Amino acid sequence: MEAVFDNFDAYLKAFGYTFALFLVSGALSMLLGTFLVAMRVGPIAVLRWAGATYVTVVRNTPLVIVFAFFSFAAPTLDIKFNWLDVHIGQFDFTAFYGAAVVSLTLYTSTFVCEALRSGVNAVPLGQAEAARAIGLPFGGVMREVVLPQAFRAALPPLASVQIALIKNTSVAAVFGIAEATAQMRGLLNDFGATQRYGIFICFAAGYVLIVEVFSFLSSRLERRWRVAT
Amino acid sequence: MTHSVLFDAPGPHTVRRHRLYGVVALVGLLAVLAFVIKRFYDAGQFEGDKWEVFVTPDYVQVLLVDGLLNTLKMAAVAIVGASVFGFALGVAKLSDHGLVRWPAWFVVEFFRAVPVLLLMVFTWFLIGINRDGSSFWAVVIALTLYNGAVLAEVLRAGVNAVPKGQREAAYAIGMRKAQVMNIVLLPQAVKIMLPAIISQCIVALKDTALGQYVLAPGLTRIYKEIYLEFNNRVPTMIVIAALYILVNLVLTALATWAQKKFVGERKPLEVSMVGHLDSGRSA
Repeated sequence: MEAVFDNFDAYLKAFGYTFALFLVSGALSMLLGTFLVAMRVGPIAVLRWAGATYVTVVRNTPLVIVFAFFSFAAPTLDIKFNWLDVHIGQFDFTAFYGAAVVSLTLYTSTFVCEALRSGVNAVPLGQAEAARAIGLPFGGVMREVVLPQAFRAALPPLASVQIALIKNTSVAAVFGIAEATAQMRGLLNDFGATQRYGIFICFAAGYVLIVEVFSFLSSRLERRWRVAT
Repeated sequence: MTHSVLFDAPGPHTVRRHRLYGVVALVGLLAVLAFVIKRFYDAGQFEGDKWEVFVTPDYVQVLLVDGLLNTLKMAAVAIVGASVFGFALGVAKLSDHGLVRWPAWFVVEFFRAVPVLLLMVFTWFLIGINRDGSSFWAVVIALTLYNGAVLAEVLRAGVNAVPKGQREAAYAIGMRKAQVMNIVLLPQAVKIMLPAIISQCIVALKDTALGQYVLAPGLTRIYKEIYLEFNNRVPTMIVIAALYILVNLVLTALATWAQKKFVGERKPLEVSMVGHLDSGRSA
């Protein structure tokens, strides 16, 4: 455990990267997921089909392979993230970070889409019918009536998806980002002989803390937003 | 086209408009697809010698036996282990005794909140990174712990989904606590749980790919071996992804079938998420 306390700056910095990955890809995946769900429940057959195919393919691909694609395959296809070169404080966000965010976003958005779709299905039929009856077009039905309620109903599964994302940021360790899991592997390499339990508990505690705080906030939000019954 | 409640059956004008949108969307999608294929083509990813290895019998055998079979083996051992572990934890979480329930709750919450990869790295170092088979067992143990924790929660939800009258009737005819659980509740709960367990198999299977970080055998190792030998990273990646997707689609179909056969039209199980403090306190 001393290994962690001696390197406490590195420990915090590693979790900073984890958190940064989670924040950016969490927000982006919500946007893309909403867009996908609009495609999937919309009236245009081509888009419905395209959305369904995208979700099926990406959801069933291991995240590691999605990462591998954007880290190694995409550059040979001239899809690079070299333009990304942001430095905030001691944090560097470069091409690796861009590839990681894109992979996490594309992967998570399929789960967001499915969570929202279950939310849309949970909205009572009469709501959509009433919205149509007062003459709203599809966009209006979705924007004004269905989606606001779907978001509320979908909050628990959405929270689970985002919690899964927090844990999935650890995959970025395999692809060259010095976030918490990579940091732990490094420390285990150096101090693993004597302090492996202590190191593991410190890093596990970091993740548990982020997950528990997030799920606490989301359950508060859930209580506040719950549709009156 | 299936009828949706979200929009009216379109009239002639709207049908024409939708057809226009459809064509525009189709052209857009095809343009993206063509762009991707052109990029692949320009990068030389469609050359025959990059793909030849996947139709060479010897390499196909390596891919399927050393790759797919090892991956399936890891996933299968992990899911069997997770079922046992999850069963024990789930029953413990349903216990009337706080001394049994709270530790089980703690273990479940811990392993659900910690990334599988972190567990994998830790177990790998715990077993000893240079020992034979350590990476295989690191993957299996990490997946067992994580999926076991999830299945414990599934079991609890399954037992709670059995209609209340069943438990009451069992008590009424004089069964003991253990009998109620073993003879009445669990057999019905397992039926309700089956689709959720199969879905968990998909999660376990996908997570075996994480084994790459601890140098585990299976598809990800074969992927590395093949692309290092033939310098065909992109084609190999596509083939490996296709294999994963194929097996997952089979499992999805199986889960859908099990849902229809054993559960009927009832809603799939809703498993509460991590961190709900009240989740250990039912029954």
